[in-house]
Amino acid sequence: MASRLSTSNRAGWLMALPGFGLIVLFVILPFVLAFALSFTNQRLVSPNPTEWVGLSNYRALLGVGVLHLEPERDDAGNVVTDENGAPEYPRLRSFTRNNPDYPHLAGMSEWFFFDRGEGRTYVLASDVVFMRAIVNTLIFVAVVAPVQAGLALVLALLINQRLRGINLFRAIYFMPVVVSIVVVSLLWRFIYAEEGLLNNLLASLTFGAFDGPDWLGNPRTALGSVIAMSVWQAVGFHMVIWLSGLQTISPTLYEAGAIEGASRWQTFRYITWPGLRNTAVLILIVITMQAFALFAQIDVMTNGGPLDSTQTIVFQAVERGYGRQDISSGSTISVFLFVLVLSISLLQRWLTRERR
Amino acid sequence: MTRLTAASALAMLWATGAMAQTELTMWYHGAGNQVESEIVNRIIADFNASQSDWVVSIESFPQNAYNDAVVAAALAGDLPDILDVDGPIMPNWAWAGYLQPLPIEPTRIEAFLPGTKGVWNDQLYSVGLWDAAVALITRQSTLDALGLRTPTLEEPWTQEEFMGAMEAAKASGDYEYAIDLGMSDQSEWYPYAFLPFLWSFGGDLIDAESGYQTAEGVLNGEAALAFGEWWQGMFTEGYAPGPSQDPADHASGFQEGQYAFTWNGNWLALPFLEAFDDVVFLPAPDFGNGNFIGAASWQFAVSGTTEHPEGGAAFIEFALKDEYLRDFSNGIGLIPPTPTAAAMTENYAEGGPMAVFYDLSEDQARLRPVFPGYPVAAKVFAKALTDIANGADVADSLDTAVDEIEADVQSNQGYGQQ
Repeated sequence: MASRLSTSNRAGWLMALPGFGLIVLFVILPFVLAFALSFTNQRLVSPNPTEWVGLSNYRALLGVGVLHLEPERDDAGNVVTDENGAPEYPRLRSFTRNNPDYPHLAGMSEWFFFDRGEGRTYVLASDVVFMRAIVNTLIFVAVVAPVQAGLALVLALLINQRLRGINLFRAIYFMPVVVSIVVVSLLWRFIYAEEGLLNNLLASLTFGAFDGPDWLGNPRTALGSVIAMSVWQAVGFHMVIWLSGLQTISPTLYEAGAIEGASRWQTFRYITWPGLRNTAVLILIVITMQAFALFAQIDVMTNGGPLDSTQTIVFQAVERGYGRQDISSGSTISVFLFVLVLSISLLQRWLTRERR
Repeated sequence: MTRLTAASALAMLWATGAMAQTELTMWYHGAGNQVESEIVNRIIADFNASQSDWVVSIESFPQNAYNDAVVAAALAGDLPDILDVDGPIMPNWAWAGYLQPLPIEPTRIEAFLPGTKGVWNDQLYSVGLWDAAVALITRQSTLDALGLRTPTLEEPWTQEEFMGAMEAAKASGDYEYAIDLGMSDQSEWYPYAFLPFLWSFGGDLIDAESGYQTAEGVLNGEAALAFGEWWQGMFTEGYAPGPSQDPADHASGFQEGQYAFTWNGNWLALPFLEAFDDVVFLPAPDFGNGNFIGAASWQFAVSGTTEHPEGGAAFIEFALKDEYLRDFSNGIGLIPPTPTAAAMTENYAEGGPMAVFYDLSEDQARLRPVFPGYPVAAKVFAKALTDIANGADVADSLDTAVDEIEADVQSNQGYGQQ
């Protein structure tokens, strides 16, 4: 194989050249640049020369620390409590800012805490917003990948029938995919508004009993709202892939199944599902990669808010790189995302490998 | 768009026709605004016809893409000769070498409003053909119905009076919210519109006395904490819609009677005047340390890489004529920078419906911190305000903002400030 590729195939290589060239220029080169810049202090707008800073960008992004504190006590040794009766703790900033006794916590702030025994254990992070972005992105992927794949399969099974007007349904399900995600996000912003379509609909369905929340303005509902809308938007695309998989399954298998008297479930379990195996692997990996790249919906609908409840990794990369003019930090996030997605995809490949 | 290409094609023709002329390129942020483009194109045509040394050609960008385009061009070493720049961003670009000092005599702009002069490190870098201003906008009938005193520049509302007005509007039950602060516009609007409140409480975005090195004590000091508590109260008490406000409500809510007051820019005031005949523009309330509004809008400058700064300066000086200042003001409602130009305009002449803005701008306007780190500090400030409005702990949010601003200053080696 190798010799045939490299020797007697000049015309082939020549034809591939434009494609290869573009890939090198727009995919490989930027990636190498991002990797290199993540070890420097490169700024977007600056007259200062770029300097090599080693791993400090990674430390600033991923640093985590733990601090255990005892509640404050008065002179008699009793725990000081606030007006609600909760014990009071010293302010964390006195440990993380200019405190020579805790050099490893410098510049960190509170991510979350849990009470343990008498005291309270704080988990601190150098970059709390980025930590929240990682968690939100992982939640997004963990929900979207199975839900979107499952829903797309159901839709594909529904439209994989010979019925009058089935093309109309196919078109309807596929429509959101064709519309630009920015436009879709803008529309859903109106749908989710406090006095928006969704709340009006729910109120009229329940005869005014349901007083809907401000979906995108409430930290508890914002991420869920983005997830629901994202699943709806992209489900048609994966439906089409499932459909193509369904149509590669030979009809003779279904005929044989019918002769054997298989129930609908048995047909699905023993004919359809094994036949979709490769499609399923493809869809799972594609959805995972797309879900990790969540950006446009956030940028248009929430800007990462409220209270960082919809921050995502890619949104943070853009926000740092362009918003805060810190190219090195944006590059570091991109490299981190690359490693994360690569390892998860490899894990998925390994878990879904064919066992012989 | 066709007008644009026609203008540049014409300019090219001229350039090739008369070899003695030097071509200058100019970038402008106002693509998509027909009125604005027309005035700029007319100034360019007049300038090109008025002398034989220079010929200017323009390229317009949509405002949202403009700053990115300039940054990209600077990285590629491809900046135009003349460009315009948003006032508070100017020090950042000047520091990075995108701009060079503007060779214009200071006497030429002596009469200009302070907000239109882009001065950094004691050097003039940019000049504005207009300034913008913010006012507390309402209707006289609203003030009468709620039984409120009309505040004046000499005697603005105090914090108690302002909160009394909010409470009265809320209690009347006639409005969805007492005031529209424009929270849906999460851009430069936040620092531009809300930093003046912080100033009025006695705080600031960054400590100028430290040489712009830290915000400790000014953005998280007593005054700033008081500001933060007040700010959060505006939303928890339900006086104003929060950051998830529908942009459509922001655009038309006041005209439709959803809000009793709106804290808004004069570039958006023309629709209000059309909707009601008793619109009044009130000065910012005084929360204890004076009352302020933000100054400086878009301004013209010459790029750091141009070989012909004197040509760019000649064009900018030409554009500073009162008749053009008047046209911009009449066209888009902005404040003309000189008293003589103001007297020529429809809205800012003595007794004009928006004349009060000229006084506001002259009296209350204060520049946002003039230092190269402003764009990043402004982003940090906007995030802190959004978080506080959404219910985050005030002290923690401001402390975080202080730390982030400080980290940014440090990673830029102090932005070259002493």
